[in-house]
Amino acid sequence: MPSPVVRTEKLCCSYRVGRVLEDVSITIEAGDYVGIVGPNGSGKSTLVQALIGLVPISEGSASIFDVPCGRFAGWGRIGYLPQSLHLVNPVFPATVAEVVGLGLLSQKRFPRKLKRQDRQKVLETLESLGICDLREKLIGELSGGQQQRVLLARALVNEPELLILDEPTAALDPETRERFYALIGEINRSRGVTVLLVTHDSGAIGQHATKMLYLDKRVLFYGSFEEFCCSKDMSEMFGTHSQHIICHRH
Amino acid sequence: MNLNLLEILSYGFIQRALLAGTLIAVLCSVLGVFLVLRRMSLIGDGLAHVTFGSTAIALALKLYSAASLLVSLPIVLLASLGILKLTEKARLSGDAAIGIVSSLGISAGIILASVGGGYNVDLLSYLFGNILSISSEEVAIAIGLFCVVMVLLALYFQDLFAITFNEELAKVSGIRTNTINAVLVLLTALSVVLAMKLVGIMLISSLLILPAASALQLARSFKGCVAMAAIQGCCSVVSGIFISFYTNLPTSATVMMVNFAFFGSAYLIRRFLISGNNN
Repeated sequence: MPSPVVRTEKLCCSYRVGRVLEDVSITIEAGDYVGIVGPNGSGKSTLVQALIGLVPISEGSASIFDVPCGRFAGWGRIGYLPQSLHLVNPVFPATVAEVVGLGLLSQKRFPRKLKRQDRQKVLETLESLGICDLREKLIGELSGGQQQRVLLARALVNEPELLILDEPTAALDPETRERFYALIGEINRSRGVTVLLVTHDSGAIGQHATKMLYLDKRVLFYGSFEEFCCSKDMSEMFGTHSQHIICHRH
Repeated sequence: MNLNLLEILSYGFIQRALLAGTLIAVLCSVLGVFLVLRRMSLIGDGLAHVTFGSTAIALALKLYSAASLLVSLPIVLLASLGILKLTEKARLSGDAAIGIVSSLGISAGIILASVGGGYNVDLLSYLFGNILSISSEEVAIAIGLFCVVMVLLALYFQDLFAITFNEELAKVSGIRTNTINAVLVLLTALSVVLAMKLVGIMLISSLLILPAASALQLARSFKGCVAMAAIQGCCSVVSGIFISFYTNLPTSATVMMVNFAFFGSAYLIRRFLISGNNN
């Protein structure tokens, strides 16, 4: 049996204000597309940030590809796309190709240099996402949707096995958001990339994700959408109407 | 003054000023791009004030000219790391940390100048710089430090680019962001100590900020931005030295006015030519 991509056991994280994650135990298998949903302050972003070492773990354990998060060094196997709202400085003078090229640094050793084949890889990635025509444009001059595609290209250029997306569509209009989710779903199916998507949009991810993790500091639900739709506990929690909307879109 | 260009270039002090000035300008301009984009522009100002304090210590120890660098360099390098540590550990923003270290440096300088009394004039000459009085030893030190900083910049260029674009993303690419931040402030500290002679403590931050700010108006790529800033830095120092020689104006202030003219031109070009074409 293949080892899980992500495993957490009784994971707890705390900030100064108190505990934001309590006893989170989940296992994510290769090829899963997990939508992480929950109200504001429920610990969704903290969970993914703890996995990649941006937030310290106060209790319990977490591992990626069977390596404890604190010792994990295989950054080339992970693609990460954080919240879009405050990501790009509008006057930053980098071209799209230069930004996407940064995604390849995780595979390089000191002194990190990009070679001709790396530049070719950047072009291929841009082409696969249909944004090759933007390669010479400055990142700050693009629309929010275009910037998100570029940053997704940056996350995908090193052909990751695990793609972590932390509210990537927060600044996008509904139409662009829907296209973005569909694109992630296509990447998950065609390339077998495991996806962890943090979002508020539980209805929309019902269409694309294969599993749902509902957090409110603790795990309230983790399983497939079929299980979610049949769960009476979830009916009590969300109300039958909301549960129906999520399940209907799935 | 009726001297022609070749006659001016035959003077040893002009040759030394041009050589050291262009090297220092390249360093400050290139580092300035990273500092401006990371909103750390005023670190140059803070470290310059520490340089003032350290120069007061050097003068108190009767160390002048190139020898004063032996005192200034380690103190300013430590101060630059102090700013980083204050930011990381003391729950302070970068500008507050720079303000604390900066005022500490300038206060130390004032107290030492007041106690020492007799070397006030020497110390004040560091406030406004005088590149035309740079010695051969100082030029040799400038060449050595220029080589060190440029080699380190070349080795860490992609890492610096990555943390400048987004520190969180850089961390998840396996880049040790704390180390790279330390490299950036240490390189800045080295350049500030060198630039003290060129433009003086009062104007160092403009040599870090203005070429980068001009390049940001026009650049169409990150590498292009770094190259444009370096070229502007060189041109401003060379033309500033010649203009000040012909007009008998202070060199440091003239270099800064030339830099400002470049910035104004870059802004106008972007505002009326580039933006106009895009509309």
